[in-house]
Amino acid sequence: MSRSPATRQRPLSPHLTIYRPPITMTMSILHRITGGALYFGTLLLVWWLVAAATSEAYFDFVAWVFGSWIGRIVLLGYSWALTHHMLGGIRHFIWDTGAALEKHTASKLAWATLAGSLSLTLLIWIAGYAARGGF
Amino acid sequence: MADMRTPLGKVRGLGSAREGTMHFWRQRLTAVANVPLVLFLVGLLISLNGAGYAETRAALANPFVALMLALAIFSMLYHMRLGMQIVIEDYVHGEGAKLALLMLNTFFAFAIGAVAAFALLKLALGN
Repeated sequence: MSRSPATRQRPLSPHLTIYRPPITMTMSILHRITGGALYFGTLLLVWWLVAAATSEAYFDFVAWVFGSWIGRIVLLGYSWALTHHMLGGIRHFIWDTGAALEKHTASKLAWATLAGSLSLTLLIWIAGYAARGGF
Repeated sequence: MADMRTPLGKVRGLGSAREGTMHFWRQRLTAVANVPLVLFLVGLLISLNGAGYAETRAALANPFVALMLALAIFSMLYHMRLGMQIVIEDYVHGEGAKLALLMLNTFFAFAIGAVAAFALLKLALGN
């Protein structure tokens, strides 16, 4: 007598512990995380505007904070989150038209988002340092 | 036509919000607006990197720069308020906490917007 269907060896669904997330999934999570970071990053921009509107001493203080190593790390993160979220948004615009939804195309697009955001961040910082005439 | 709502649904009185796809539409609308506005903002910040107080004030007093910044901040705040609303609705399940955070989300966007608007006006028009 054969085993009942309930006890027969069946393929299992991928468990979370051994599941390798596809790049589109990782980029989807990153899109939300960068969006959340940008939410609070807006405070940095407004703080800078308020500083410029307040006084020279306060502006110099805020400029010093942003120029410190920890300030630069925060701004580096902010600029990457901004470019990544923007490119992720453009990816969504493409998907909105119904294009590039095929699995492998979508994966390539997801990798392109990451490569694009890292390159753009690098470009922004090179341009930024060039604007102030070096490091 | 038969009423398909449950008795509990009728008591709660929470039917359709009559907004349809408005949240999605405004999210995309502000996203489209954000692309050129944020690119302008990034370009401005690059050009003002290392600039002193006087130079920064002069740049921010320019009417075009001030208006572009005002539009950028408005569009960004609108967009991020919509996004955070979804995040709260997805992860916060207690009714009280959810309502409180949704209110806080809107208050935060308006507060930041008011402060930014005041700073921009002062920079553009003050002394």
